[in-house]
This record gives sequence, C-alpha cells and structure tokens, in this order.
Amino acid sequence: MPKPSRLSRFNVASLSLGLAFLYLPILILVIYSFNASRLVTVWGGWSMRWYHEFFNDRAMIDAAWMSLRVGATSATVATVLGTLAAVALSRGQGFRGRMLFSGMLYAPLVMPEVITGLSLLLLFVALDAERGFWTVTIAHTTLTMCFVAVVVQSRLVSLDRSLEEAAMDLGCDPLRAFVMVTLPLIAPAVVAGWLLAFTLSLDDLVIASFTTGPGSATLPIRIYSEVRLGVKPEINAICTLVIGLIAVVIVIASLASKLSSDRGESAAPL
Amino acid sequence: MADDIATSEPAAEPAPSPQGEQRPDPQPPVLRIENVVKTFGSFRAVDGLSLDIRAGEFFALLGPSGCGKTTLLRMLAGFEAPDEGRILLSGEDIAQMLPHQRPVNMMFQNYALFPHLNVRDNIAFGLRRAGMPRAEIATRVAEMVALVRLEGLEKRKPDQLSGGQKQRVALARSLARRPQVLLLDEPMAALDKKLRETTQAELMELQRRLGMTFIIVTHDQEEAMTVATRIGVMNAGRLEQVAVPRRLYEEPASRWVAEFVGDINLFEGEVTAREPLRLRVATATAGELVAAQPVAAIGEGRVAVAIRPEKIRLALRRPAGDAAAINCVEGAITDASYLGGKTVYKVRLDGGAVLHAAQANTARLDADGYGLNQRIVAWFTPDDCVVLER
Repeated sequence: MPKPSRLSRFNVASLSLGLAFLYLPILILVIYSFNASRLVTVWGGWSMRWYHEFFNDRAMIDAAWMSLRVGATSATVATVLGTLAAVALSRGQGFRGRMLFSGMLYAPLVMPEVITGLSLLLLFVALDAERGFWTVTIAHTTLTMCFVAVVVQSRLVSLDRSLEEAAMDLGCDPLRAFVMVTLPLIAPAVVAGWLLAFTLSLDDLVIASFTTGPGSATLPIRIYSEVRLGVKPEINAICTLVIGLIAVVIVIASLASKLSSDRGESAAPL
Repeated sequence: MADDIATSEPAAEPAPSPQGEQRPDPQPPVLRIENVVKTFGSFRAVDGLSLDIRAGEFFALLGPSGCGKTTLLRMLAGFEAPDEGRILLSGEDIAQMLPHQRPVNMMFQNYALFPHLNVRDNIAFGLRRAGMPRAEIATRVAEMVALVRLEGLEKRKPDQLSGGQKQRVALARSLARRPQVLLLDEPMAALDKKLRETTQAELMELQRRLGMTFIIVTHDQEEAMTVATRIGVMNAGRLEQVAVPRRLYEEPASRWVAEFVGDINLFEGEVTAREPLRLRVATATAGELVAAQPVAAIGEGRVAVAIRPEKIRLALRRPAGDAAAINCVEGAITDASYLGGKTVYKVRLDGGAVLHAAQANTARLDADGYGLNQRIVAWFTPDDCVVLER
C-alpha cells in the first residue's frame, strides 16, 4: 500500500475551509447550549442550566424517546426491505419489468414530502388506522427504504458476481452464498443505509406531522412547535445531545466495520 | 500414431465424436457430454456438442473468444443449465444440478477470492461447507498450502498478495475439496509471460502428482499445447477437432483448425492426379504441388494444400539430386522478421502467392540470412503437405 503523501498548503486550506463551512454553525450551536443567559444570542457565561431544563421537560423527553424508537424501528425495517430490493434489482437480471420496478423504487427519492405525507395520511384514514407510533414508523419506512436501496445497490453493482458463484461452487446453496459472502462484503453499505435511514427519520418533520396522532409527537414536531413560540436556549441543548448521539453511532459503526474487515470470517455472520 | 487415435476416441457406448470413429475403451469416461445445446436468445452458444473426458486427463478447450468454450465450462460447473443434452459425471446426469450439489470445482479467471477472508479461510471455505471436522480441515488446509507453496502467507488477505500468489490460493481452494473434475477458466490470463510459463509447468506437475482430471479453457494455443494431454478445438459452439497436441498441429482435421492453430501456408487448387500414395494438385498461385495422400478421404475437385512455415526450406538454387525436393517454388523475399530462435521470411512466389517460411537460427555466427528482394527457391516434401477440403 502506498504511503499517504503529505498534504500541500492548498489541500490544508481547502480542507479547513470545507470543514469550517460544515461544522462552524454546529460548533456555535454547541457552545451556545452551555450559555447561562436566557437570550439565545447573548453570551452570559458557562452553565449546564438548559440541560437540566431539558431533562425536567417531560414532554420534550417523551418526544425524543418517540423519535428514537421511530427512527430505530423504521430504519431497521427499511434496511431489510431496501437491501432485499437492491439484491433483487442487481441480481435478477432477466425478470420482466425490472426497469419499471427500479424506477418505481427510486421515485420516492424525488417525490415532494408533502405529497408522500398527504397520501399516507389518506391511506391511514381510509384504513381507519389509529395514528401514532406505528403510522409514523410505516411512513418513515416508505420514505427511507429507497435511500437504503440506492446505497446498497451501488455496492452490489461493484461487487464481482463470480464471488457468489465461487461460494456456490464450494458448496453453498444460493441463500448461504448470499449470507456467507455477499452480506459481509456489502455490510458497510447496509450499515451506512441504516444510519442514513435513521438520521432521515430523526430529521423528518413534514411526513411525521401528517401521519402522527395526538400525544405522539416526534422531536422535530415538538421543537418546531416550541420555536414558534420563540427560540429557547433549551433547544440548543437538545440539538447538542442529538449531535452527540449521531457522532457516537457513526464512530461505533465505523469501528465495527473496520473490525469486521480485520478479523475476517470470525466477524462474518454464521 | 495408432496410440494417438486410441487416446482420442470415446468409450464403448456409441457417442458421436468429431473423429467419427468408435473404438472400445477399457476405461469408462469420468465425464461424458452428450449433444449439449445452450442458447442465449437466438444465439446458439453451444450447439449439439458431445465429448468424453477420461479420468486423470488434462484436457484443454481451445477456441477464439465467443466460441462457446466458457459457456460449456460453466455448464459443467452448474452456473448454466443446458437446454438439451446430458452431462454425465461418473454415470450420473448432473446437467440440471445446482453448483453446490456437484463434485466438481472451478478455478475462476479472476480467481474470485473472498476479499473478507484470509488465505487459510479461503482455502477452508469449501471444507467447512462440507461439514468436515475441524482437525481434518486444519490438516487439509496445511496440505494445500504446502502443495501450492504458500507457507507463511496463511494470515494474509487477498489484497495483500501478488497476482501469482492469488492464483495459487485460487488453485488451492478449488483443489481442497478433491473434486472429481477440476475446471480452470483461463487460469493464467492475468499473469505475465514468465510467470505463466513457470505456472504452467507447476500445474502440469501438480496434475500428474494428484492424478486428477483437469479441464482448462484457454484461447492461448501455446498454453493448451504445453499443459494438455488432449485438446478440443471449438468453433461456433461445436468441436472442430479433438486430438493430442501434435496431431492437432500436424494433421488438422479441417481448414479452420489448420488456420486457427499455428501459422500455415494454404494453396487452393484442384486434384489432377491420384498416385498410390500421392496426390497431384494444380494450384493457381504456386504451380503444381505433390502431396501425400491425406488420412481421411478427400472428395473430388477443389482442395487446399497446407504447409507449416517451418517445414519449408530455403535455398539460393534448386537442390540438385535431392529426391525429397519435389515441390520447388521460386520467388523473391519481401520481408524478414528476426525472432531470435528463428527468422520468418515472407516470399512472394512467381505465381503470386505469399509464402511464410521459418528458418531456425541454429548457428550463432551464421551469415546474415537472406536479404530483401533476393531471389530464392523454397522447397518442401510431399509428406510436409496436408491436403484439406476447402
């Protein structure tokens, strides 16, 4: 493997500019979450006050817990369905209507969220489903599944077909070949798909506000309704916690994928 | 010669072969391919092909790209199912079996090593799937690692190996399950010339030592001739000829084989006289040629006389009193390519044809050979000629 060469001045400059552009707003938000002042824009010294306020805010905690549950459940379902769809699309070369199916799978990517939300609301009303945790979860699954499918399919396309054939040649039936060889190799894409789905769900306001019911507001809905009454520094504290959570998840995911590639078969499923 | 015929003929049960002869074979074939057809849409990739392969044979399928040789190999491995015909492995029809149900293994052209597994786990993969006990797997893997001389590299991942090492891992992995037949799909295509030559020698040595049946697919005729005991030349989904390398080269069964295998000079003409052992052929571009009677009967009318370039001798004047110099043609040298071991001359004959003549450079301090535009006499014996149907 070639040794990484030293960064030039230009590289350093462009890298720091890019990172500043991405992370400076977040950094300011994090710093202001420790602000003692009641005013969002005025610095009043360091304090953990808004974190205390958040942990005593029952409604906000419930909304956060709701968002995490919806995010984890919908991301998991979407990852399973999206991965299966991606496998079907990239492996079933011959089946009829493949182009149509793939077009239909990717349509939600560009569909305005308002339309997706409204149509789901109409569906749930027609089915007379009680709106709450499950309706939001189903709505988020339909939203995020296509993102997972795109991520996983791009990995599958670059994967050598003969690897699966070699596994079958060496005694695996098609399902086992997929589990033993394909799945470990696309695992980083599957994990990335899950994380993408999770963050999309955590972030979504429009679809959630269409499909949720009374008493089951997600965090974005809750924050949005709070902000309408004026921005409280407590919001900064909540956002900082969310950022921290996402950072931890990403670090764990990258460590896990590095570990699995170092340890070989022992880390693979089965 | 009789020996050659025996080795290239199918077993007792009548099966059509490209040679068209049947002869009882004491040993039944390990693999019998019967009238196999495979179509992709309207394209017949394999078109009614039959072939017998005996145990312990190193068989090469040789042909240009798109001739169906890889499709045939993939049908033997189980990645494609034939539309018609049977594939019998030790008497059992495996044509519709899935790959994992067949006692056959394949070495892939790009090696298809599992990138997430190290060398040891790659080799052990098939053994684990077969449910072999742990201790036995360890012994077998160690045996395979020693066989392909990969000691010390067991913990490496495929991307930490050189091309030659990857090739050895792929070979060890496909041999580990001790398949009845090992299929090799262009196994040396990705290696450079020197490495390919040593690998060919090792592969032959390995095959002899293990006594296993190998079937190799290649488009490289030199490789096929080097490693194989028998070669099947494929064209457009059919076998043109199945023979030992020497016979393939010296006695091509058809004009197509003659032109595909090696370099050859072809002169079209008509048979003018049939003598007991010879044919006289009047050619338009090289005058009258005398050729030995071909083994297979040649029909009346138009034929092609074929002579390999190295069978042609060049001289400045007609060899007087040499009885062998029956076929003498005259012309001028238009091109000379010095290739080290030999020099290939192009001679424009007075009749109009361009003749390729290869002269071995047997002495280091020889004269410079023949110069451009030099008048020359090219001669060859009737036995050096092969008469083919046009």
